Amino acid sequence: MASKSWLNLLTFLCGSAIGFFLCSQLFSILLGEQGDTQPKILHNDPHARHSDDSGQNHLAGQMNFNADASQHKDENTDIAENLYQKVRILCWVMTGPQNLEKKAKHVKATWAQRCNKVLFMSSEENKDFPTVGLKTKEGRDQLYWKTIKAFQYVHDHYLEDADWFMKADDDTYVILDNLRWLLSKYSPEQPIYFGRRFKPYVKQGYMSGGAGYVLSKEALKRFIDAFKTEKCTHSSSIEDLALGKCMEVMNVEAGDSRDTTGKETFHPFVPEHHLIKSYLPRTFWYWNYNYYPSVEGPGCCSDLAISFHYVDSTTMYELEYLVYHLRAYGYLYRYQPALPENILKEVSQVNKNEDSKVKLGNP
Amino acid sequence: MVSARRASFLKGMLIGSISWALVTTFSRIHIRLGSPTRDHRHHHLRPPSGREFNISQGTRAELSKSIRVFCIILREPEYESSWTMLRETWPKHCDQAEVYGAQSDRSFGIKRNGQWEHLRETYNDAFEKYGHNFTWFFLALPTTFAVIENLKYFLLTKDASQPFYLGHTIMSGDLEYVAVEGGIVLSVEALRRFHRLLNKHEMCANRSVIWNFSFDKQLAVCLKYAGVFAENAEDYEGRDVFNTKPIADLIQEAMSSNSQPIVKGCCSDIAITFNGLTPQKMEVMMYGVYRLRAFGHHFSDTLVFLPPNGSEND
Repeated sequence: MASKSWLNLLTFLCGSAIGFFLCSQLFSILLGEQGDTQPKILHNDPHARHSDDSGQNHLAGQMNFNADASQHKDENTDIAENLYQKVRILCWVMTGPQNLEKKAKHVKATWAQRCNKVLFMSSEENKDFPTVGLKTKEGRDQLYWKTIKAFQYVHDHYLEDADWFMKADDDTYVILDNLRWLLSKYSPEQPIYFGRRFKPYVKQGYMSGGAGYVLSKEALKRFIDAFKTEKCTHSSSIEDLALGKCMEVMNVEAGDSRDTTGKETFHPFVPEHHLIKSYLPRTFWYWNYNYYPSVEGPGCCSDLAISFHYVDSTTMYELEYLVYHLRAYGYLYRYQPALPENILKEVSQVNKNEDSKVKLGNP
Repeated sequence: MVSARRASFLKGMLIGSISWALVTTFSRIHIRLGSPTRDHRHHHLRPPSGREFNISQGTRAELSKSIRVFCIILREPEYESSWTMLRETWPKHCDQAEVYGAQSDRSFGIKRNGQWEHLRETYNDAFEKYGHNFTWFFLALPTTFAVIENLKYFLLTKDASQPFYLGHTIMSGDLEYVAVEGGIVLSVEALRRFHRLLNKHEMCANRSVIWNFSFDKQLAVCLKYAGVFAENAEDYEGRDVFNTKPIADLIQEAMSSNSQPIVKGCCSDIAITFNGLTPQKMEVMMYGVYRLRAFGHHFSDTLVFLPPNGSEND
C-alpha cells in the first residue's frame, strides 16, 4: 500500500509540475513578450565608437537640413525674404566634370539654393546635374578663360534676371543672406565689385578668387565690354589678379566689404584658420596680401560673414548647420547691425499690424 | 490502479496550473509595491512646447535668471594645458563654473576606481559648497562644448526639486546610464540624494569597481538606489540634444548609415553638447554658436540671455 501511495504522490507531483510549466508556456505564447512594462530604449552608439575612416573625404550622400521646418516655426524671416526680392543675386559656381559628385553636389545641397539663380559652370555640359558647358579645357591655367566665358554666358542669358553676379568655387561656402545685407547699401547701377580685397599688383587692390567675388550689373557690363573693345587681355594664369586688373582698367571700384566694425566678411580660408591665433605662420603669403590690416582671433571675422574657402564636403554641412540651424536660445547678440533705411521702412509697413515686440534690425 | 494514477496526475496538473496563476499574480503585485516610487515616469525628455508662454519682457528676464546652472569640468591630466583656453569659451556662460582636478598624484595614470572616487568627491564637494545656490548641476569633460543657453531652455519647465538625471543615455544590459562624454545634468534634488547616499550608506561610498564599470555607469548604479533614473534628452524631432561626438562625425555618420541619397539634417537646432573637441575647435564653436548667423532671421524667444562681460569671442 505504501509504494502505491508513493507512486500516486509522484504522479501527482509530475502532474503539477507539467501543469505549471504548460500554463506558463501557454501564456507567454498567447501574450507575446509581456515582461518589462517600461519601454526599452536601445541606443545604437556603444560607449566609445570610433568615427568613420578619416582618410575618406568623399561623402556619398547629401544632407538636407532644411527638411525640418518644424524646428523653425518660431523663426521670423520677413527681413531675409524682403532682401531676397530686393537684392537679386545670380551665383555661378566654378566646377568641372570630375568635381560634380565630390564637391559641386554639396554646394547644390546647401547654400546654392539661396541664390536667386544658380549656375554651375564646367568645361562640359551636363544635362542631369545640370551644368553649363563652357567648351574649354580643365586646369588651373584655364581658370581665367573659364571665368571670362562664364561671365559672358551669364551676361548673354541672364543679365536682366539679377542685380548682382557672384562667382564662387565648388569649395566656397557663401552665406547669401549676409551678402544681401552688404549689397543692399549699394546700387546695381554703380560700377563696383566686392570680395576679399588683396593689395599687391593692382593699385586699388583686387579680389581673391577663392573667397568669391560679386560684380554689380554695371560692373559685369563693363567687364564684357572690355573684351569686345580689347581693353583687357584674354589670357592669364592668375584668374583673380587678371580680373582685378581689368576692373581697374574699366573704372570699376574695388569695394570695401568689411562690416560696420571693420571686420572682414569674405574669407580665403575656413573659420578655424582665421579664428585661431598663430594658425597661419607669420611667413605665410596671406599676411602680405591683405589690403586691410589682418586680424587673428575673434576680430578676424564678422558675425555676418559672407564666405569661406577651402571648405571640404563635411564642412559645407557643418557651416550650413552652424549658420542656419544651431543657435543659442534667447541669446542677445553683441553685434546689432542696422538695416538700410529703405528696407527698414518697407518691413515696418508690413509689420505695422503685427506684434510690436519683434525688433527689426536685430537679427 | 491506472485510473487512480491518472486521477492523481490530473489533480496534480490542476494544482500546478492554479499555483502558477497564484505565483505570477502575487509576484506582479510584489513588483509594483516593491519598486521605489517614481517621481516621473518618462525616459525621454523634451524641451518646453513653446505654447506654454505668453509673458512680458520683464518676466522673461526674471525667468531667464531663475534657472541657475553650476558647471563642473572634470580636469584630466592629459588636458592640463587646455584649461586656460577652455575657460575663455563656453564656461563663461554658466552661472558659475569650476574645474575639479583629482587631488592626489594617484590620479595620474588614473584607473577606473580612481575616476569613480574623483567623481564622488567632486559631486560631494559641489553639493556641500553650491547646493543651496544653484538648481542644476552640469558636469562635462574638457573635450565637451556646451551651449548653456540651450540647456537652460531645455530645463525651463522641469522642477529642480524633482530628481532629474539626464543627458545622452546608453543602455548597458539592464542599466540605463548617462554617458559622461555628452555631459551629465543633475537637478539639485538628484544631487542631494546622491550626497546623502555617499555619506550614509556603504553602497556608493566604498564600492570600487562593479564588474569593471566606467565611472559614469557607476554613477547610474548608485543613483538607482536613491530612486534616480537616467533619462535621454531629445528635441521634438526625437533627436539627441546631448551629443557625444563632434558635428563633423555626426554628419558623416548620418550620411553613411542612411541608404537614401538625401538625408535629413543630423543634429538639433537646440543641441546642448558636442564632444571630442580640441581647444581650437572650441573657439570655432564659440564663433559658430554665439556670433555667426544669417542676417534677417529673427526669433522671438521666451528667454533672454545677455552676453558675458568683457569677452570678444561671443
